[in-house]
Amino acid sequence: MAPRRRPYTTAALGAALLLLALVPVLNGLPDTHALHVSDFIVSIVGKWICYAILALAIDIAWGYAGILSLGHGAFFALGGYAMGMHLMRRIGDRGVYGHPVLPDFMVFLGYPELPWYWLGFDNFPFAMAMALLVPGALAGLVGWLAFRSRITGVYFSIITQAMTYALMLAFFRNDMGFGGNNGFTDFKDLLGVPLNTRAARAGLFYAALVSLALCLLICAYVVKSKLGRVLVAVRDAESRVRFLGYNVTSYKLFVFVLSAMISGLAGALYVPLVGIINPGEFSPGNSIEAVIWVAVGGRGTLGGALLGAFSVNAVKTWLTSFAPDFWPFVLGGLFVAVTLFLPKGLVGLLRRRGG
Amino acid sequence: MKVLLALLLVLAAALPARAQDAFLANLPRLGAGFGEQAAAAEELGAAGDPRALPVLQALSDGRLLRRADGSLLIQSVPGQAVEAVSGTAADPAGAETVRINNRVRAALRVALGRLQIVANDPEARLTAVQGVLRSRSASDIPILETALARETVPRIRAQIELALAASRLAADNPDVKRAAIAGLAANGSDTARSILLESRAANPALSDEIAAAVASIDRTLALRRAAETLFQGLSLGSVLLLAALGLAVTFGVMGVINMAHGEFVMLGAYTTFLVQQACRDIPWLLPWSLPLSVPAAFLVAAAVGAIMERGLIRHLYGRPLETLLMTFGVGMMIQQAVRIAFGAQNREVLSPSWMQGTLTLPGGVMVTQNRLWIIVFGIAVLLLVMAAIRFTRFGLEMRAVVQNRRIAATMGIRTGRVDALTFAFGSGIAGMAGVALSQIDNVSPNLGTGYIVDSFMVVVFGGVGSLAGTLVGAFTLGIVNKVLEPYAGAVLAKVAVLVGIMLFIQRRPKGLFALKGRAADS
Repeated sequence: MAPRRRPYTTAALGAALLLLALVPVLNGLPDTHALHVSDFIVSIVGKWICYAILALAIDIAWGYAGILSLGHGAFFALGGYAMGMHLMRRIGDRGVYGHPVLPDFMVFLGYPELPWYWLGFDNFPFAMAMALLVPGALAGLVGWLAFRSRITGVYFSIITQAMTYALMLAFFRNDMGFGGNNGFTDFKDLLGVPLNTRAARAGLFYAALVSLALCLLICAYVVKSKLGRVLVAVRDAESRVRFLGYNVTSYKLFVFVLSAMISGLAGALYVPLVGIINPGEFSPGNSIEAVIWVAVGGRGTLGGALLGAFSVNAVKTWLTSFAPDFWPFVLGGLFVAVTLFLPKGLVGLLRRRGG
Repeated sequence: MKVLLALLLVLAAALPARAQDAFLANLPRLGAGFGEQAAAAEELGAAGDPRALPVLQALSDGRLLRRADGSLLIQSVPGQAVEAVSGTAADPAGAETVRINNRVRAALRVALGRLQIVANDPEARLTAVQGVLRSRSASDIPILETALARETVPRIRAQIELALAASRLAADNPDVKRAAIAGLAANGSDTARSILLESRAANPALSDEIAAAVASIDRTLALRRAAETLFQGLSLGSVLLLAALGLAVTFGVMGVINMAHGEFVMLGAYTTFLVQQACRDIPWLLPWSLPLSVPAAFLVAAAVGAIMERGLIRHLYGRPLETLLMTFGVGMMIQQAVRIAFGAQNREVLSPSWMQGTLTLPGGVMVTQNRLWIIVFGIAVLLLVMAAIRFTRFGLEMRAVVQNRRIAATMGIRTGRVDALTFAFGSGIAGMAGVALSQIDNVSPNLGTGYIVDSFMVVVFGGVGSLAGTLVGAFTLGIVNKVLEPYAGAVLAKVAVLVGIMLFIQRRPKGLFALKGRAADS
């Protein structure tokens, strides 16, 4: 199953990332310049890069190890919430109520003091660590419970969907201490740089791009290692690998936790770019939409995940700008068309063309 | 014999005659001085004679007239009046209005309040009893007894008995008080409990009896609450059962993950709405639009299901993850199509009159009729599904294909046709669930999404491929949800149930009713 080495694939990926790196540079050109791109394009492409990281995370679990999680949106959102908590703490006394410590929604809801689980989030490295560790820990727990009792295939998908659904319900509650319905917004600055400036946007864009490149390298290293071979074997014949003496549970757990942490990173990069995080990010529909990016691009290939995330979201942005009612038909149609006609996604199509 | 009869007749005539006597004796005093008026109003109020009501009302409104000879008239509109004694029409010319002062007004207010207990309008009687219940004085005992003897409406009788016991508790005689405490304990309502608690301070000698009575009421109330929680759990369980039954067929029997299942439920609810719209112009048909919707919703959802199976799912057998994604996409498109066709706002589906209102079961347990019907409907659909699988030709072929597809084909069963019919059958059941849900939930395009996760949980919990497991799973989840709700709130109860299921399948990965033997391998 492992694809033969195709040197030009790596070259194309590198070229694409370099091309993306040009976007903020072009944004810095004077408005009248022919190659100038708007602020909107910078933030939207930045968003797509975060989605691409999420797609990568789903791909190493689903495409390589055969673990279809319908709850990766939860890991993404948890990473986002960790970053959101940091941004809320950094607002300080600049909120509407001017409270030195408590975020606005806590003053509004009458919290006497900061809940214990908010402590430490004013520290950026701590918040970033939490953005990775909390999704990782949740994935570790759910994965351990599930893989240990050999819950596989669709059962695992349904369990993870229930997980993100339960988290969505929980985060909608005001007394959870995460802002309820409205989530977090009105962020001021990150690492001393005021958000919503051209410099901050460019910084976040490059942070996301560098993260994407790093994740790509990590994933490529994992899938090419012996570990990656075992994962592919688990995907194709789980029982056989078990009988050969491999501890399948640990392999699956490793890749699932790694995947959740990458998703958390994507969420943490996403929140300052879009300026808001709310419980809607946990909705099961979001997770399944991310799965379809990978399916469209071509699962089981890292480039396919990126291609899918960028192409589906580009079409979505383009289409929803003038025919938002039509988008669910296109997305639903993609689900049907890809599963029926393009099981290997766009990458499979390109390869067939390429011979 | 004749003497006896005569005696009985005299007695029978004498009883109301005495009451009339009090009425007739007090009537002229209403035209006398203020002190006489107040005393007469008080006595008339205590006597509980309904005929006094219009006279006292007229006096209070300033419509009572007095002729020169002292006889009284009730004026309805200026220039028209009736005799206060007989009610026959009379000429008000020359009569003057009877005046009252504040003292009389106060006496009248009390008397009228009491007399309402014997009024003709049941709502007025109920209000009056509740007023008496609030005042709770021993002087109310006679009128409450009179009213209880006359009352025929059970709801009001219960209130009068409660008020009577409360008034007796305020009496001086300890024996009467004890009887009252026993009566309140037997009543077993929240009101009786608070009456008893309030009376504790005034009756230190009876504190043991009162404490025992309160404890007995607490037991009754706890039982009633438990029964009501159980009912709510059963009702939620039957909703889950209806939503999950179709899944138990498509997922459990066929192994097809249908993420568009919720959309089939939603299609059923919209079919109900359309049938109701069609029946709107035919008045005699309107109450029956809901029963008519059941087969209609089944057919609509089954047709969509059959098309989906033949057109799409058929090509993905043996690839469950792809089936899952594909059906999710189809669900998305169905939902959006409905949103465009009907709009995103909620559509109203009316309940027929025979499904509205609440029912009080013995022991004071209140149940809403429509929830009761949904429980009945859920069980009926389950039995129907079981019968269809067990006793029909189609059921036999379906079981054969599930057990061994190739041998079934060799035996001449057209397996493709059975697949399509089975999927259509499961989808049709989802449509019928939509009819039930239209009665308790908003009919909107995303009606189904709220139930899909729960229904999958029911099927996984109960054991895939087992209808009995679906039944037990649905009712267990429904009841556990409702039992947890008062402690944890609706949302956390749901979260707790989801976590509980994840832990449960640690112990029983194949669900509560796991298939055994050869069928379990596949």
